[in-house]
Amino acid sequence: MVEPVRKLLEKKVESPEELENLRQSILAKRDPKRTCITVCGGTACRASGAEAVVEAFVDEIERRELQVQVSLKETGCHGFCERGPLVVIEPKKLFYQRVTPDDVEEIIDETILAGRVVERLLYTDPTTKETVTYEPDVPFYKKQTRNVFGTNGTIDPTNIEDYIAIGGYAALSKALFQMTPENIVDEVQKSGLRGRGGGGFPTGRKWQSCHEAKSKVKYVICNADEGDPGAYQDRSLLEGNPHSILEGMIIGARAIGSHQGYIYVRNEYPLAVRHARIAIEQAMDYGLLGRNILGSGFDFNITINKGGGAFVCGESSALMASLEGKVGEPKAKYVHMAEKGLWERPSLLNNVKTWANVPLIINKGADWYAQLGTQGSKGTMIFSLVGNIVNTGLVEVPMGITLRDMIFDIGGGIPEGKKFKAVQTGGPSGGCIPEQFLDTPVDFDELTKLGSMMGSGGMIVMDEDTCMVDVARYFIEFLKGESCGKCTPCREGINRMSQILSNITRGKGKPEDLDTLQDLAEVLSAGALCALGQTAANPVLSTIRYFKDEYLAHINDKKCPAGVCRELVSFSIDPEKCEGCMRCIRECPTGAVSGEKKQPHTINQDMCISCGACYDVCKFGAVIKR
Amino acid sequence: MKVWINGETSIEIEHAEGVGVVHFTVDDKEVAVSGGQTILEALERMDGIGNIPALCHHPAVKPYGACRICTVEVSEDGGNRFKFVAACLYPVKEGLIVKTQTEKIKKLRKGIIELLLARCPNVQRIKELADEYGVEKPRFVLGDQDCILCGLCVRACQEIIGKSAISLVNRGIYKEVAAPFYAYELSGDCIGCGDCAFVCPTGAIEMGDDGRPNLPKVKIPYAEIEAMTKKESIATS
Repeated sequence: MVEPVRKLLEKKVESPEELENLRQSILAKRDPKRTCITVCGGTACRASGAEAVVEAFVDEIERRELQVQVSLKETGCHGFCERGPLVVIEPKKLFYQRVTPDDVEEIIDETILAGRVVERLLYTDPTTKETVTYEPDVPFYKKQTRNVFGTNGTIDPTNIEDYIAIGGYAALSKALFQMTPENIVDEVQKSGLRGRGGGGFPTGRKWQSCHEAKSKVKYVICNADEGDPGAYQDRSLLEGNPHSILEGMIIGARAIGSHQGYIYVRNEYPLAVRHARIAIEQAMDYGLLGRNILGSGFDFNITINKGGGAFVCGESSALMASLEGKVGEPKAKYVHMAEKGLWERPSLLNNVKTWANVPLIINKGADWYAQLGTQGSKGTMIFSLVGNIVNTGLVEVPMGITLRDMIFDIGGGIPEGKKFKAVQTGGPSGGCIPEQFLDTPVDFDELTKLGSMMGSGGMIVMDEDTCMVDVARYFIEFLKGESCGKCTPCREGINRMSQILSNITRGKGKPEDLDTLQDLAEVLSAGALCALGQTAANPVLSTIRYFKDEYLAHINDKKCPAGVCRELVSFSIDPEKCEGCMRCIRECPTGAVSGEKKQPHTINQDMCISCGACYDVCKFGAVIKR
Repeated sequence: MKVWINGETSIEIEHAEGVGVVHFTVDDKEVAVSGGQTILEALERMDGIGNIPALCHHPAVKPYGACRICTVEVSEDGGNRFKFVAACLYPVKEGLIVKTQTEKIKKLRKGIIELLLARCPNVQRIKELADEYGVEKPRFVLGDQDCILCGLCVRACQEIIGKSAISLVNRGIYKEVAAPFYAYELSGDCIGCGDCAFVCPTGAIEMGDDGRPNLPKVKIPYAEIEAMTKKESIATS
C-alpha cells in the first residue's frame, strides 16, 4: 500500500498551485509500469467472494515478500458483476474473471513472476467463443462510454491520493478560483444535465433557482437513498468513487452559496457509508472540505445521515422530513425545495449520479458534455442491467443508445436461448416495454412516451417464461409495502390494485377488473400526493397496454400462458415418456406423486400445490405443465 | 371590474387595492382575497363560490393534504395548461384560474370517495359524499373501519394542545392512530381534553367513561397475511 504523501507535509492544501504540486508529487512517487493487482470490491463481487480473494493475495504477497514489486488494491465496482470476482492486473489491464482464493497462487506464480497469462481465468465471449485477455477488449466494456463510472476500477476509494492522482479536485479548484457562482450555474445549465434520480428535472434550472433564492442559510443534499429492486448504481458510485460525489457537492455548494451539505444514504449500505465517511475525513485533512477550502475563503461541511430504509425517503420532500428527524412522509411541493426545503431553507438536492457528473462538466466544459446524448437528454447514464440477461452488471452508455444495443450487444442477450419478452425500466414506478420497441433510443422523453420512465436507471430484462400479470402484481405489492400511507389514493388505491391483481393471478379475475384497474390508475396519477403514488400504476398500465391478451387469458380462460401463476397451472405425467426413476416422488413436497420403480408415475391433483418441483427435476421431459 | 364576494353577490370596483391583494378566478368568477392563504382557506370565507369538499382540513390546524378530495384543477398560464392540485395546500396567486367542478375533478373525487367508502362503509360523512358524487356500491371488498387516517386528531393534539399523546404509527395500509411507540395505553400526556374526538370528521374517536378517548381500532388484515405466507412457505420448503 502507498504511504500517503500528505502525512509528510503535515499541512493542508492551501491553493490551487499546492494542489497541483501535490498531484505531481503523488505521481512522481508512483511508477506507472509497476504491477498492480486490482480486485473488484463492489457489492456483487464481494457477494461472490472477493474479500477472500483479497485476503489470499495479501497472504501470498507477504509470504513471497513481493511487497516491493507488486501493489494490491481493492477497488470499487468494475461493472461486469456477472463474472465476479474480477481481478485486473495493471499496467496492461490483464483481465481475470471468476477468480477464487485457490487461483491466487497460480496468478502470482504465472502472471506476476513468470509473466505468463493464466488462460483458464480469461473471459471467453459466449457468442464468438473468442478469448479476451485485456479488460478494454471485453465486449461488455468495449461498447460502453464510461465517463463517470470508468475510474471506479482504478482507484482505491479509501485513499484520496488515488483520486487526486487522476485529476481529482481539479474541477473544484477551477470552480473556486476561475469561475463565479453564476459561471458554474451557467455551465451546468448549458450542459443540459438532467436529474439522474428519477424525475429528470433539468439540474441547471434547479441550481439557478436555488442560487437566486434569498437566504443566508442554504443546504446541499446528496440523495443516496437508492431503493429500486435490482438497482445498485448509486451504491457502487458511493462505494467506489466517493470523492467524485464530494467534489460535485462542494461545487454545487459554491454555486448556490451553501455551507452545509448532507449525504442521505441507506443504512443498508454499510460499505458506502464507511467509504463516504473516510472520504469526508480525508478531504477535511487535505483542506478540500471544511474551513477555507483550498485557501479560497469558502467554507463547506458535509454530514452523513443514515436512512432507515424506507423506499419513500428517496422522494425529496420525504427525505428532507427524515433529515429533520420527522417521519419520512412527503409534503406537497407547490413551493419548490430549491426555495423552501430542509428546515424551510433553500435546498439543492441531487442524486448521487447527478453529483458525480458535475466535476466532469466543470473540468471538460458544457460543450464537451453536451456532445453526447440526444436532443433532450445529454451525457451518459448508468444502468443496472439485471434479470434474465447473460451479462448482469452496471453499464454506462450515452443517452440515446437503443434498448436492443443495450440488451443484446452489451448485455449479451437472454440466457439459455430463450426469447426476450419485455424490459422493465425505471424501477417499480416504471413500465414494461415489449419487443416491438427495442429500437427505441433510451432517453428521458422516449421512455416516458412508451408509458415507462428513466427513473434511476434500473433495467430488468424478462424472458418468455415471465408472466406479465405476475410482474405487475409484484411491483404493486412492493409499492403497497412502501407507500407511506399518508394520502388516500396511494394507500387505498394501491392496496385495491394489489387485491385485484392477486385475484387475477389466482384465477379469480372478473372481466370488469381491467376497467377498475384503469380507473384506479387515473385516481392515483391525478390524486396522489407524491411521485410514488402518481407513478405507481405504470407497471399495471404498461402491461395492460402491451400484454392485454395475457390478462384476458388469466381472466377469461383461467390460464397463465407463461405457466407462472400456480393456481392456474396444473402438472401431469406423460406415461409414454416417464421412465419411472422416482426422482419426482422424492422431490414432491406434498407427496402428491406416486408410483413404482420403472413404472409410470402419477400426480394426485388434490394434493398437488403446483410448485413445479417435479417439472424442474424430470430428466425425461415427462412432466407436462398446462 | 366585477369582483364576487360570495356566490350571489358581486361588487363593481376599479381594482381591489390593499397590501398583498391577489385576484384570481374560481369557476369563471373573479375574486379578490388577501394573499398568503391557500385556495381552500380563501374560498371557505366566500359562501357559494366553488365547491370543494374536504375531510382532512380544519381551520385550526396546519394543512396536511392527505385525503385529496379537495383536489382542483388550476392553471397558472391563463388557461393553457391545467394541473391537479390539492386546494388545501396550494397558495392563491395573482391571475390563477381555479376550476372546482370539471368532469375530470368529479371523476377523481368519485374515485377517491369510492376508495374511502370501501374502507369505511358505515361512516355517515363518507356516505353523504358518496351520494353527492354518485358512488353507489364500491367495486372492492368492503372493510369495516371508521378511521380514514386524516391525521386531524394527531395534529390537533400536537398543534393545539401541544401534547402529542397520540400519533400516526406504521405505514401504508398498516398505518393507524395509536399511542406513540404502540404503547398499550395512552400515557399521562393525554389530558382528556377531547380535542381529538371533536375534530374527527368521521366520528371514529369517542370519549370513554374514563375521560380519555377511545382510539379507532384499525383492523389489520393479519389473517389474510398469514394465509398468504403459509401458502408461500409450503411452496418454498
